[in-house]
Amino acid sequence: MSLFDYTLRELQEKLHNQEIRVTDLVDESYKRIEEVDGQVKAFLTLNEEAARAQAAELDQQRGDSSAKLFGLPIGVKDNIVTKGLRTTAGSQILSNFNDPLYDATVVNKLNDAKSITIGKLNMDEFAMGSSNENSSYDAVRNPWNTDYVPGGSSGGSAAAVAAGEVPYSLGSDTGGSIRQPAAYCGVVGLKPTYGRVSRFGLVAFASSLDQIGPITRNVEDNAFLLETIAGHDNMDSTSANVEVPNYSEALTGDVKGLKIAVPKEYLSEGVSSEVKEAVQAALQKYEELGATWEEVSLPHSKYALSTYYLIASSEASANLARFDGVRYGKRAEDAETMLDMFKRSRAEGFGDEVKRRIMLGTFALSSGYYDAYYKKAQQVRTLIKNDFEKVFADYDVIIGPTTPTPAFKIGDKVDDPMTMYANDILTIPVNLAGVPGISIPCGFSSNGLPIGLQIIGNHFDESSVYRTAHAFEQATEFHKQRPSLGGARS
Amino acid sequence: MSRISKDEVKHVANLARLAITEDEADTFTKQLDDIITYAEQLNELDTEGVAPTTHVLDLKNVLRKDEPKEWLNKEDVLNNAPEHKDGQFKVPSVLE
Repeated sequence: MSLFDYTLRELQEKLHNQEIRVTDLVDESYKRIEEVDGQVKAFLTLNEEAARAQAAELDQQRGDSSAKLFGLPIGVKDNIVTKGLRTTAGSQILSNFNDPLYDATVVNKLNDAKSITIGKLNMDEFAMGSSNENSSYDAVRNPWNTDYVPGGSSGGSAAAVAAGEVPYSLGSDTGGSIRQPAAYCGVVGLKPTYGRVSRFGLVAFASSLDQIGPITRNVEDNAFLLETIAGHDNMDSTSANVEVPNYSEALTGDVKGLKIAVPKEYLSEGVSSEVKEAVQAALQKYEELGATWEEVSLPHSKYALSTYYLIASSEASANLARFDGVRYGKRAEDAETMLDMFKRSRAEGFGDEVKRRIMLGTFALSSGYYDAYYKKAQQVRTLIKNDFEKVFADYDVIIGPTTPTPAFKIGDKVDDPMTMYANDILTIPVNLAGVPGISIPCGFSSNGLPIGLQIIGNHFDESSVYRTAHAFEQATEFHKQRPSLGGARS
Repeated sequence: MSRISKDEVKHVANLARLAITEDEADTFTKQLDDIITYAEQLNELDTEGVAPTTHVLDLKNVLRKDEPKEWLNKEDVLNNAPEHKDGQFKVPSVLE
C-alpha cells in the first residue's frame, strides 16, 4: 500500500508520532511520479529541489508540527501562480514564464500551513476544455485506463491524485473543471461557492464563474483542505466576507431527515443507463441512511450550455487580452509593427480552442450583437439562478450525476466542439448559479471506469454538501478502489 | 442562413488581435456559426423585464483606502518582459 492511502489527518498523526518523516512523504511523491507519470503525464513542472530542501527543514523542526498541512505534499494546477515556479496555464504563450513574481493567495495559505508543493499540474490551455486534449503540452491520461481522457480542465490535478502521485491537489472550476475530472478519475472534487476562495493569482478565464477548489481521495481530506484555503481576501474584491465554518465538524455521518432534491432534467435522455443506475443506487443508499428524496424540476437547465458559452467566452475574450507579448510570456519574432506583434504573438501562442472562444466572445460583445447574445445570456443566467433558489427554499441538497457518461476515449470528440461541450451539461448550471458542488465516486462502468455523484448545496452551505457526501462515503467502498496503474499496487 | 460570414470572422479576428490564415477563417466561420446557431435557442425564452446577472453575489462596490504599499520590484518585472530598455517595456514601432 501507498502512504497516500492514509487520510491527511492520519499522515499528520504519523508525522507527529515520528513514525514517518516529511522526507518520506516527499520521497513517496517523487518515486511514484517517476514510476507512472511517463504514462499519466499529470505534471508539467516539478519543484523537486525546493520541495526536498523544505522537507529536510521541516524534519528538523518536528517539535512544532502544529501547522494545518505540516509536511503534506500537494500538487497545484498550472493556472495558479507560484512565485519562482514556472506557471504556464497549459499554454505555449506562457511556456517561458519561469519566474512569476508572486504567489496566488491560495498558495500563500498553503505555504503558511506548511504544505509542500511537489509541482504544477497539467490542464487544458487556460482551463478551456473537458478532456485535457487542449493542453498545449501533453494530453493527460486517465489512470484507470490510459486510452481514456482524465476529463478537464483540471485533468492533471485529478489524475495525479487518482494515480497516487500526490495525496491531494488544487484545481479550478469554471464550468465543471474540478468535478468532471474528479468523476472521470474516481476522486473527490469540490467547486466551492463563488467568492468562497480568493481568485487572486488564478489566471483568469471567466471571472464571474471561476473558483479554485480541492481534489482529494476522500471527503474528510477535502473538507480539511477547504478550511485552509477559504476566506475573504483583500486582494480579490469578489471574495466574500463571510465566516468560514469548521467543515470537518459537519462530517457527522448522520443524514437522517436530510431533504434531497433530484432534478428530473439531470436524469433525462443523454445520461447513460449505467450512470443513471449508479445514481439511483446512491439515492436508495441515502434512503437507507434516513434521508428522503423527491423529484424536482430545474426548468431552465437545457439553456445552461448556451448561456455558459456566451458568458464564459465573452469574459475570456476580455481576460486573455492581457497576453500581448509586452510584459511577460512569448513574443513573435521580427514583427515590424506593434499591431503585427500583438496579432502574431497571440496567433502563435494560443491553441485552437482558446482562439475559438476568444473569437466567440469578441463577437458576442461586439457592437450590434451585445444585446442579442451577451445580455440575453445574462438574463437567462438569472432564470437559471432562480431555479436553484426555488429548490433550495424546500430542500437541503440537490443530487444527480456529475457527467452524462463515464470518461471517453482520447481522440473521440476532438473534432466537434459542440459534442465536447455537452460533457459539462450537468456541471455548468452550478457555476452559473454560483452555488457549491462536489463530485464523489459512486460506482464503476462495465469497462471499469469510475462514475461520479454530484451533490449541490445552497450558497455558502458547503457544510451540507460535505455532510451528505461523507455519509455516502462512510456507507460505501467506491472511494477505496485504486487504479492498477504501474503494476505493483492495488 | 448563416449567422456569421467569413468577412465578419476576419473582422472579429482583427478586433481580438489574432492573426488568422484563410484556412482558419474558413474553419472558424463554420464552427462559430454552429455554436451561435445553437446558442440562439435562448431566443425561445421571453426575458422581457428580467434583470441580467453580472455577478451571483449581491456585492456592491468594494472600496478600500487608497494607500501606497510595497508590491513588485521594477527590475524583476522588467526581467520578465521579452524586451526592455531604460527601465521601460520595449515594443516594435507603434505607427505604421
